[in-house]
Amino acid sequence: MDDRHTIALIAVMSIGTIILRGLPFVLFKDKKTPPYVDYLGRVLPYSVMAMLVVYCMKDVSVFKAPHGLPEAIAGILTAGIFVKTRNTLASIIPGTICYMILVQLVFH
Amino acid sequence: MSTLQLLKKVLITTAPVMSGYIFLGIGFGVLLAKAGYGVPWAVLMCIVVYGGTMQYVGVSLIASSASIVSAAITTLAVNARHIFYGISMLPLYKGAGLKKPYLIFSLTDETYALTVDNLVPRGVDPHLFRFLVALFDHSYWIIGGALGALIGTKLSFNSTGIDFSMTALFITVFVKQWMTSHDHFPALTGLICTLGCLLIFGPENFLIPSMVSITLVLTLARKRIEASLAQDGTEKKETRNG
Repeated sequence: MDDRHTIALIAVMSIGTIILRGLPFVLFKDKKTPPYVDYLGRVLPYSVMAMLVVYCMKDVSVFKAPHGLPEAIAGILTAGIFVKTRNTLASIIPGTICYMILVQLVFH
Repeated sequence: MSTLQLLKKVLITTAPVMSGYIFLGIGFGVLLAKAGYGVPWAVLMCIVVYGGTMQYVGVSLIASSASIVSAAITTLAVNARHIFYGISMLPLYKGAGLKKPYLIFSLTDETYALTVDNLVPRGVDPHLFRFLVALFDHSYWIIGGALGALIGTKLSFNSTGIDFSMTALFITVFVKQWMTSHDHFPALTGLICTLGCLLIFGPENFLIPSMVSITLVLTLARKRIEASLAQDGTEKKETRNG
């Protein structure tokens, strides 16, 4: 294996990611942000968080066993505890432990 | 707030990301070690690439000695969603000065979720706080990657499913946003567009169509949403005055 090629691949991944993360800041650097972009900036976080939740579950199949049950159960548990406690950690820890038990012991 | 108190606060804020990043980082390090690349490579990638999905995909790009062009295209496709993060952080990062380049560089899914959640404590410079949150998250990721490459295939603890902590973090931020906003149209747009595109385009190719359709729907519904945002603003002002 050629280390120089590997370094080049890593550099490409790094630069590509930096470009994507930095693009909006470069495009709207000095100018006042156009109202349309400002609007998108305010509403996108809501849409993106939904997109990320779906993205995390993208490989789950409802048609094949276990039919997304571990994700559904652990997800509802996490959301439920959060509604009750409004505490991020207090929701994530039991949610994750529940999921690990489900995929390792119950639905394996 | 003393420095120690501040660091403690940052640690608590980033704790939800810590477990996920360390374990996902270990997962990445193990994969990379199996592909024949040890600790220095894992640390290098965790520092300069710094993106969960990208690095997992990166292992297969490296292992298969992919071409530079296909690595570039893969990177753009996998990480295109980050453009959205930048757009929503434009106002928050204004005036961050020297911290700004790092804040932009380190804007991963998870750091984005914590920043959107806006957990800056009272009396603390928001830029400094966000900078520390980003730096802590990055450190967890590097530590995880190094540990993974170090233990390689010797891992005995069954950690299957620990990556759900990231999903759970996004769920809590989603629920919080839902409870604190009146207009659920943007959240539902995200949910329906992404689910629809997942069904149509499949798990490998749905992210970019999702982004395009979300932008389209939000653009078409702008008048309606702006009106309800303005209403939210007045209500908040009224509660503050009352």
